[in-house]
Amino acid sequence: MSRIKEFPLPDLGEGLTEGEILKWLVNVGDTIELNQPIVEVETAKAAVEIPAKWAGQVSAIFHAEGETVEVGTPIIAIDTAPGAGPVDEPAGRPAPSAESLAAVTVAPAEGMVEPGMTGGGRTPVLVGYGPRTTAAKRRARRTDGSESKATGGSESKATGGSESKATGGAANGTVTVDRPLAKPPVRKLAKDLGVDLFALTGTGPNGSITREDVQEAVRPAAPTAAPVAATAASFGPDREQRIPVKGVRKLTAENMVASAFTAPHVTEFLTVDVTRSMRALDRLREMPDWRDVRVSPLLLVAKAVMAAIKRYPMINSTWAGEAIVVKEYVNLGIAAATERGLIVPNIKDAGRLTLRELADAMTALVTTAKEGRTSPADMSGGTFTITNVGVFGVDTGTPILPPGESAILAFGAVREMPWVHKGKVKPRQVTTLGLSFDHRIIDGELGSKFLRDVGAFLTDPEAALLAWG
Amino acid sequence: MAKGNAAPARTRGGAKPTPAPEFVQLLTPEGERVDHPTYSVDFTDAEYRDLYRDLVIVRRLDAEATALQRQGELGLWASLLGQEAAQVGSGRALQPQDMVFPTYREHGVLYCRGIDPIMPLGLFRGVDQGAWDPNEFKFNMYTIVIGAQTLHATGYAMGVAKDGKVGGPDGEAVIAYFGDGATSQGDVNEAFVWSSVFNAPIVFFCQNNQYAISEPLERQTRVPLFQRAAGFGFPGVRVDGNDVLAVYAVTRDALDNARQGQGPTLIEAYTYRMGAHTTSDDPTRYRIASEVEAWQAKDPIKRVRAFLEKQKLADDAFFDQVDEEARAQCIHLRERVLSMPNPAPLTLFDHVYADGSPLLDAEREQFATYLASFEGSEH
Repeated sequence: MSRIKEFPLPDLGEGLTEGEILKWLVNVGDTIELNQPIVEVETAKAAVEIPAKWAGQVSAIFHAEGETVEVGTPIIAIDTAPGAGPVDEPAGRPAPSAESLAAVTVAPAEGMVEPGMTGGGRTPVLVGYGPRTTAAKRRARRTDGSESKATGGSESKATGGSESKATGGAANGTVTVDRPLAKPPVRKLAKDLGVDLFALTGTGPNGSITREDVQEAVRPAAPTAAPVAATAASFGPDREQRIPVKGVRKLTAENMVASAFTAPHVTEFLTVDVTRSMRALDRLREMPDWRDVRVSPLLLVAKAVMAAIKRYPMINSTWAGEAIVVKEYVNLGIAAATERGLIVPNIKDAGRLTLRELADAMTALVTTAKEGRTSPADMSGGTFTITNVGVFGVDTGTPILPPGESAILAFGAVREMPWVHKGKVKPRQVTTLGLSFDHRIIDGELGSKFLRDVGAFLTDPEAALLAWG
Repeated sequence: MAKGNAAPARTRGGAKPTPAPEFVQLLTPEGERVDHPTYSVDFTDAEYRDLYRDLVIVRRLDAEATALQRQGELGLWASLLGQEAAQVGSGRALQPQDMVFPTYREHGVLYCRGIDPIMPLGLFRGVDQGAWDPNEFKFNMYTIVIGAQTLHATGYAMGVAKDGKVGGPDGEAVIAYFGDGATSQGDVNEAFVWSSVFNAPIVFFCQNNQYAISEPLERQTRVPLFQRAAGFGFPGVRVDGNDVLAVYAVTRDALDNARQGQGPTLIEAYTYRMGAHTTSDDPTRYRIASEVEAWQAKDPIKRVRAFLEKQKLADDAFFDQVDEEARAQCIHLRERVLSMPNPAPLTLFDHVYADGSPLLDAEREQFATYLASFEGSEH
């Protein structure tokens, strides 16, 4: 047994196939104890710490933080006898390239490789419910002849495709393919993702296309690219792309349909001069105890909404069939565009927060959302929502109410525009507010007054704060 | 159930009320012995120390199992962290003739029954189905199905009564373990009805650890759980589940009532699951850190240690020795888990029928022939 032991990522939660390295808690060269936490890993189910399986010295770390690692792939090597002099094998082999790792984990997993091929190299360990101490390979049958021939035949059938006679016939030597080599699950994946197998170069055995090759093909070039945006490469031969409706997209769709067809929406618009608000923000940024705080126009809009809700509490209510439930607390939802899609986390009891607390809460909320760590609790129980469409450079919109809420405010881009100010046309900072509300609860008068007050606050925040407390 | 943002939060006056439950307590979180009008314990100094040793060893073995799961050696583990006193207190109150029906988290009770702690690890490693003999240790197999064991226990207890084994100080009692979530199961309510109507010699021991996976207690019940017993017609009592002395006293009392022929009791051990539901769960997604911290102050082991120190019943040498003993047991456990053999394929057929069956024998033959068709096969 080698004294350098490699620890493969185990299946941490009943049937998971991968995990993301969140944080390494040890460095190469560290001496570690048995069960000392070495790494934080996040899976689809949980973020957990993994304790060291052996005491010793860390001789290599194979994956950086942020990398997603397949179950069974070594993530760390530990020298279990660091005091015993030099190792006869290289301590800490060079980190394997993505291709070699993929080849190691993929090839033996499905028994594609003939038994002899796995003999020489590193023994792949596929850890699920306990490690496998032997290479995953198909055992040879006792009966010779027909059985072993059948194996060869079935392989070319599985890889080459049974429809093609030409492929099946070319059993020996180089295989001429009129269809790219790929296993059925990979073909299915490619079809689901709209990837054209002809456009790919396979990195698997015999040049076959692997799961990784397909996934690589759909990985967005830049991390900021919207996941839904179709690219030329992702269209199939029929020049159409099918994107499965699931996750956040599905939830958004269900919520929007439910809301749009139950609550009769009315939308009103108001264009206001927010020059004073923008100046107030500048002054805020210069104050010593606000130096490290993220201050955005959205903060003042949120404050304006809080002030106006206090004056018109009916805005903050729910249609509950037999009754209208008016809430004293405001759970302020902020619509956030994330890589996973639209999510609307909310700030609990935002009406009780000072401006500074509100600013901190909004920063935390957005950071959490962008990191994809927003909890279900953060997203439930919202009572009023602001959607900041201005960040996309548009003026306003007719937002749809989140289910259970009675009003939603769209905040458009703040632009420098010609505006009549004190009798003269001057360049001023102007924005457009769009308020959608549920006409079952809120009539035009109430909605208009509320919107007018939000506008008045943003036109002259100091006066509004003095006048309304 | 409605999920996520579709369900409006149910709030009453904003903040969630902090429960300040009335319960039987004999040892405060600070380690002070307090008296109770009904319940008391009378332990020797050595017995107090033994309870502390049990608590520490049970916790450490559990932590080792969690680590083994994270290292890929177990498929799953349901940690008992935080519930040691509920399990050791009730486990030590059992008489040898009493029968236990556990859930899959009763590692502490299993330990008190004298079963090798490796046994549940074999189950969670997937190399056996739970390999202890339930009759030898009077401790049934772990039941994974939520609440199902309460009906098994009720039937067993009714059988005990029919066998004439109740009605004296040497009578046999049955104890069924379950959690707060299981109280919403039909099985548990049916078990209550049957036990009550047939006056079965059974103790229903509910470890209320506040969460059914992610569902908080307020989604299970509008009344304290122990009060439910009144509706079924037998007594219910709530005990500080983190107080090993009170749990012991209340359980012993309830078991004695059962063995004397006084029928069932529901015990609600009010405790907290400090860890995840299982290793597949992430509790930070549904509960807040301050709540966990508040329960840390009520730790079941800390208070026993404080008591031993204040009463000068134990010194540092003792505590060190317990730690060392726990460490040695963990190492021993780990070594044995890593060397657990994979089961031979044909053992699949071993425990299906006590006396075999022709169909099963034929299938075993077929499978053996299939296995023998491989080169180098041992079977």
